[in-house]
Amino acid sequence: MIGEGTKSTNQRHHNFVQEKVEVGFFTDPTVCIGCKACEVACKEWNQVPDDGFVWSGNSYDNTGRLGASTWRHVLFLEQDRQKGGQIVGSHFLGSRDQEDPFRWVFLSDVCKHCEEAGCLEACPTGSIVRTEVGSVFVQNDVCNGCGYCVVSCPFGVIDRRPEPLPDAGGAFKCTFCYDRQKSGLVPACAKVCPTESILFGRLDDLRARATQRVQELQARGHKDQQVYDPTETSVRGIHAFFLILGEPEAYGLPPKPEVPTIYLKSAWTAAFATAIASIIAMLVGFAFFS
Amino acid sequence: MTTNSPSEERLEQLREKAWQEGVVPGRGVDVIGGPIPRKPGYYGQPVVKPPVWTWEVPLYFFFGGMGGMSAVIALGGIMFQHVDLARIAMWVAAIAGAVLSPILLIMDLGRPHLFLNMLRVFKHRSAMSMGAWILTAFGMSAVAGLITLELHTHQIFPGALDQLLRLAAGIFIFGAAIFGTLLATYTGVLIGATAIPAWFLHRTLLPIHFGTAGLGSAAGLLELLGHRIAALNFLGFYAAAVETALLIWLSVDKHGTADRAIHEHGSGWLIRIGEVLNGPLALVLRSFGFIPWAAISFLAGALVSRIGWIAVGKVSGADPESVFAAERY
Repeated sequence: MIGEGTKSTNQRHHNFVQEKVEVGFFTDPTVCIGCKACEVACKEWNQVPDDGFVWSGNSYDNTGRLGASTWRHVLFLEQDRQKGGQIVGSHFLGSRDQEDPFRWVFLSDVCKHCEEAGCLEACPTGSIVRTEVGSVFVQNDVCNGCGYCVVSCPFGVIDRRPEPLPDAGGAFKCTFCYDRQKSGLVPACAKVCPTESILFGRLDDLRARATQRVQELQARGHKDQQVYDPTETSVRGIHAFFLILGEPEAYGLPPKPEVPTIYLKSAWTAAFATAIASIIAMLVGFAFFS
Repeated sequence: MTTNSPSEERLEQLREKAWQEGVVPGRGVDVIGGPIPRKPGYYGQPVVKPPVWTWEVPLYFFFGGMGGMSAVIALGGIMFQHVDLARIAMWVAAIAGAVLSPILLIMDLGRPHLFLNMLRVFKHRSAMSMGAWILTAFGMSAVAGLITLELHTHQIFPGALDQLLRLAAGIFIFGAAIFGTLLATYTGVLIGATAIPAWFLHRTLLPIHFGTAGLGSAAGLLELLGHRIAALNFLGFYAAAVETALLIWLSVDKHGTADRAIHEHGSGWLIRIGEVLNGPLALVLRSFGFIPWAAISFLAGALVSRIGWIAVGKVSGADPESVFAAERY
């Protein structure tokens, strides 16, 4: 945790893969400085190709959104609200006398590694699997690029990589640095995070720390902090969860994400009913009208 | 954004004022996207990913539905002594369902050469996996059914062997009919069980629509190929009536912002045009006896509405407000 230096789980060697311990990310925007080191480290370690250099005009965020070639994405929120305890300034020139709350929030977004993962359920090739540490992993050599995981992710994380990028046609997303973890290393983004805003460790440990952090912030005068971990929906919780200030919508996070497999029952019922109705219609047509 | 002339003008005004008064009160320049986000969600970025599927997929839905339901008509043909109709219907089933459909499906893959990986696993919780298996089973039974039926009708083999072929044709065509109904309807499940709001909100309607549109298309095409029999006319009436009911259902069962892609934008028009063509218009034309026109109208409607539903997915998936609104249902 913050201030633990080399003793922090972010820097220690581990045996989570061998011990089959569930691990996760806890990302805390209150200590994020928006340096994007996580984005860079992710791209470098995983050799993710660049997907264009564009100026978005949206604060300091020129990355845009998670995708096939963006596995970490630092969000830059500009909100006209007070960050707990902060001295209220003004973001309008020349109006220093009137209260004009403003806050800048940074949050490093990533694949959520859902407990019930839509992409994993949808994958028809078995390319997407769950690893020993509970993360969701795409086996690039198996994926045939059908694109069904893309529409099955309730968080819009996974995407098919377009031509002419290297390895085009396949679906890509955060691997949770499975390769690093197998060797006892910490995921690249957590390793480089200078403020430990991205915290890597045992899932149960991180959940406890998140609860503790929310209380800490409350004591410091924050008002709208909450842990974003949809455990009550069919997603049944996420392994990379966040502390957020304000509503999830502002971060582009769905407030009530559902894994699409819950829709299968009603859809298949309609399909079978239609199948039977079509055969009956055919029998009626041929028996009575010819 | 430098060519944004209103902002440039405002900047000029601000410079002027700063020069004169030393300090500039009030708001600065209203840059697109800043300083406080005014777009819904995070700078209007999509929350879920819109489908990456291209033109092959709606065409596959169209031909798969037509081919699959054609096998059902072929089954009726051999059961009720319309062997000529059964033969043509099996040709349609084999060409549309067992040749065109797999080609279109493989073309849409990001890595077409790995298409066989679809048959690596059997996952009943993945509609795409089920679809791959249904298409495989349908393709095999339709081709086998067509070959055995043709061998039997041309009396290639004598005596007992021919009787065996007749039996085999019956079994294969029965199999093709069963898998055919699933091939025509599973596509509705495929897009209904996703995270795209306009799709999953209509997950019960979609399989009914796709299946029935498939049946009507198969009957319509066979009529256009010269089989103007009462049974097909009945199926045409049935399909157009169901589609009319679905059009009413769709216009009553609205979910506001959550499924606005169906009622607004170009995608909404595609759905409307498609549903009118294969619903009320086909029904009216058929009632007045303009059977070929009714068949053409239905076929066109079935194709347009398939294109429409994929377009709806693209619009709805890219619309963050739809996702937030859908979660309130």
